[in-house]
Amino acid sequence: MDLRPISAAATAAETEAIDALLQAHAPADHAGRQPEFPVGFRRARSQRHLLLPGLHALQLRCGWISPGGLGYLCKRLHVPPADGFAVASFYALFSTAPQPPLAVHVCDDIACKLAGADQIIDDLKQQWDPDASPQAAWHRSPCLGLCEQAPAALRIESGEWPREQAWGHVTSQQLMQALQGGAVPEALPAPLPQDRKNLKLLRRIGAVDPASLADYCAHGGYLALRRALELGPQRIIEEVAASGLTGRGGAGFPTGRKWAAVAAQHAHPKYLVCNADESEPGTFKDRALMEGDPFLLVEAMTVAGLAIGAERGYLYLRAEYPVALRRMQHAIDQARAAGLLGADILGQGLNFELEIRRGAGAYICGEETALLASLEGFRGEPRTKPPFPVEVGLFGQPTCINNVETLCCVPDIVLHGGAAYAAIGTKLSAGTKLFCVSGLVQKPGVYELPLGTPLAQLLELAGAGPLERIGSVLLGGAAGTFVRGDDLQIPLTFEDTRKIGATLGSGVVLVLGAETPVLPLLQRLAAFFRDESCGQCVPCRVGTVRVQELLARVAGAAPLGSWSEERFRLQELGQCMRDASICGLGQTATSAIESAVARLGIIERAAAADPIAGGIA
Amino acid sequence: MNPHVRRPQPLPADHPGTPAPRLLTLTIDGQVAQVREGTSLLKVLQSLGIDTPTLCWAENLTPVNVCRICVVELEGARTLVPSCSRAAEDGMVVHSDSPRVQAARRTVLELLASSVDTSTAPQMLAFMARYAADGQRFGPAQAPLAAGERDRALAGHHHLGDGQSAATVAQPVKIDNSLYVRDYAKCILCYKCVESCGIDAQASFAIAVAGRGFDARISTEHAVPLPESACVYCGTCVDACPTGALMFKSEHDLRQAGQWRPADQATTRTICPFCGVGCTLELTSQDNKIVRVTSPKDSPVSAGALCVKGRFGTVFVHGVAGEEGDEPSSTVP
Ligand SMILES: Cc1cc2nc3c(=O)[nH]c(=O)nc-3n(C[C@H](O)[C@H](O)[C@H](O)COP(=O)(O)O)c2cc1C
Ligand code: SF4
Ligand code: SF4
Ligand code: SF4
Ligand code: FES
Ligand code: FES
Repeated sequence: MDLRPISAAATAAETEAIDALLQAHAPADHAGRQPEFPVGFRRARSQRHLLLPGLHALQLRCGWISPGGLGYLCKRLHVPPADGFAVASFYALFSTAPQPPLAVHVCDDIACKLAGADQIIDDLKQQWDPDASPQAAWHRSPCLGLCEQAPAALRIESGEWPREQAWGHVTSQQLMQALQGGAVPEALPAPLPQDRKNLKLLRRIGAVDPASLADYCAHGGYLALRRALELGPQRIIEEVAASGLTGRGGAGFPTGRKWAAVAAQHAHPKYLVCNADESEPGTFKDRALMEGDPFLLVEAMTVAGLAIGAERGYLYLRAEYPVALRRMQHAIDQARAAGLLGADILGQGLNFELEIRRGAGAYICGEETALLASLEGFRGEPRTKPPFPVEVGLFGQPTCINNVETLCCVPDIVLHGGAAYAAIGTKLSAGTKLFCVSGLVQKPGVYELPLGTPLAQLLELAGAGPLERIGSVLLGGAAGTFVRGDDLQIPLTFEDTRKIGATLGSGVVLVLGAETPVLPLLQRLAAFFRDESCGQCVPCRVGTVRVQELLARVAGAAPLGSWSEERFRLQELGQCMRDASICGLGQTATSAIESAVARLGIIERAAAADPIAGGIA
Repeated sequence: MNPHVRRPQPLPADHPGTPAPRLLTLTIDGQVAQVREGTSLLKVLQSLGIDTPTLCWAENLTPVNVCRICVVELEGARTLVPSCSRAAEDGMVVHSDSPRVQAARRTVLELLASSVDTSTAPQMLAFMARYAADGQRFGPAQAPLAAGERDRALAGHHHLGDGQSAATVAQPVKIDNSLYVRDYAKCILCYKCVESCGIDAQASFAIAVAGRGFDARISTEHAVPLPESACVYCGTCVDACPTGALMFKSEHDLRQAGQWRPADQATTRTICPFCGVGCTLELTSQDNKIVRVTSPKDSPVSAGALCVKGRFGTVFVHGVAGEEGDEPSSTVP
């Protein structure tokens, strides 16, 4: 192909930012010299996966993706400019129009809304005059994964010395300060709400220095990798299968089966991808693991790489986690320096390389096929399965994709055997699970409990007060369901939640009080899906808009036709989206909303002007 | 487009390396069908004479399965499956016209019709009649956006309405060259133009889907006008567009003037006179003037694609500007 480049010229800063990135990724045989078209187009094109890091470099250096900057990046990577623009405009954290260098993203998602985010945003609207200060701007943001410290915000300053900071328990004063260029407190991992002696997966968090490999080893780290090297790939997979571990990212697929499927593929190379995109509103467990025990994930990925026969792993990390990024990068560097990553690990002939790739503000990139497309430098659009990524994955090769929590369960399984792990939990739901408790509770945070623990017990632990005072619980996240009343007694397992038409999802437990208005939360969920749909397929692209409009009518008590017509319309939309959408986003986008209509009677309540419905019309 | 949509193509059936084809047996609406491995469900449906609606599928393009109008019910599957891209498997039991399938197709059409101008999409209008789809059921359409507003939308941000009107993609038509116009108020985002411009035909990569969600749109880089983009005016995208969102300027102007009269038109199949490739042309003429040049998708030479000369150059038969007072209806910018 013969590409027509963009005629606008890149600035020196843009050229520098991109050159530095490409230099760092230069193929070994070219170290030190970067020809404009490195060794033929095939290799140039094979660098397309650097498009996303390149766009990050431009955004962080200049605050936006200018035609000149995009043109230079596309020319270096041999990507058609229209394609480059298509990718840049896909992500919420990239701007394709000039922006002030300082951006403050204020979360107004479900947990933060319950913690008063709307009030803070109203204050901000009054106090901050956008025209008076061209140097800074604020935006509403979907969940930042800091729900236990809600309300939360993220401050991104671009320039020669870019800075990214997220923090919780935000006040409007702090936001004003942040916008004026002042300092803000950095969110540090909140202390765990549970007694450490009951914890397995979380046991090291808070007890170990996350920056010290030696401390990790002193706490039992890297014993599992040694054991894994003794066992060999086959036995590791057998133990993982015997453990009954299922995926913790939401879908609950048996991990042992996934690994066996990748290991059985003949094609080489194979890849391991860790899904750390954690963008489901109300979810923050993976952040807790990565910030509190980063070496655990590095070790777990190394073991997984050994088991499935992958010599290269990618950690796809959501961009809103600056602390996790720093700590994971530090852990990877330390492990590499100590010979625990790279070539010939521990002198045992094992090769495994690990690289972090950052998302850029797109919930859909948590969906596995969208994640792969994003890693390859394409738009984060999911595709229909089959073929599954275990056969056709990253760069068309067999690929194993696992959630952070799933992988972090593996070292203990390898060390103590699958049977020991299977003994915890129930027959069909083995092991412990992390739950992200937020909302109206005294002790929000990440809880680790054996699967099968009743929801009521978790609520008590978190200080939700007497069950009668609980209006409902949003279980499983934006794609989950509202439960209430007797259902609060259900055992937290995959099978029991399924029985009542609910899901554990990513472990979200958002607690609503008896007087909490529900409609504003539903409207926020609907707006979330509208914003986060990739836009590829009709049921989801247009359906999410129609659902959001419908809820606005419910909130405004102005139905189109009768209320029962509205209810029927929602049902039909939900059915079509579940049946005909390409991926899980569209398929589950009405789940929480329909459950609130069915179980909390939201439409009837809104029609009767009941304050518990409560609109934000 | 997600690169994984493109799967390795199987070897042609007569290639010596091709193993003897495996025959699959499946049941469709109670009929038993035997097909070769690798056949799509849509092909099987077509071979049985089951009329299946499609919008984003075309025989000369890689399936992107985004419109979801072709879905069918597959026993054992949690969701409906797109027949255009799902390969037949042995033992499949498929229902192509179950109530669930009809409901999904109807709602998909209603969602499209509520957000897009379907006035020049006869195929869609026919589907809507067939499934009794009501494009008005989501309320009156919102006022059109100003020129360029949709092009500037940023991912993850939208204005919350009160739900009293239905958001649409309505916007002014883009006329930035003398050969074809882009009326994205009619765009259903079927990706056909993007695929035509990409590796499926033209390999110019001038346009792509930008933005996301409801703001997703066909765009050049930073939405620059076509003459500043990589477009070479081959018109393949215009030929592929199922809704008239992309339209030859000649046709657009006649429609604007109320002079587009399909009843008075004739089609002539001929061979492009410009070079030795010999692409098949289909000339639509009205009042003895060529008003549209297309290329049959099943032509073994051109498979629906042409270059700028065949597509826009045949108007030379009308004579030279100034001669007999005739302007060529199109000029290359
Ligand atoms: C819209 C959508 C978003 C998702 N987001 C995430 C995510 O943020 N993190 C995650 O681990 N899995 C996410 N998933 C699930 C992944 O597709 C995939 O099932 C998971 O990463 C597999 O890992 P596991 O088997 O370890 O759970 C998402 C799925 C969908 C449909
Ligand atoms: S369901 Fe939504 S997010 Fe998923 S592919 Fe379709 S448009 Fe994209
Ligand atoms: S006319 Fe040809 S080159 Fe131009 S956008 Fe259409 S397909 Fe691409
Ligand atoms: S312009 Fe036409 S071909 Fe292109 S996506 Fe829209 S409807 Fe499809
Ligand atoms: S950080 Fe605000 S909802 Fe999660
Ligand atoms: S024709 Fe199959 S999804 Fe569009």
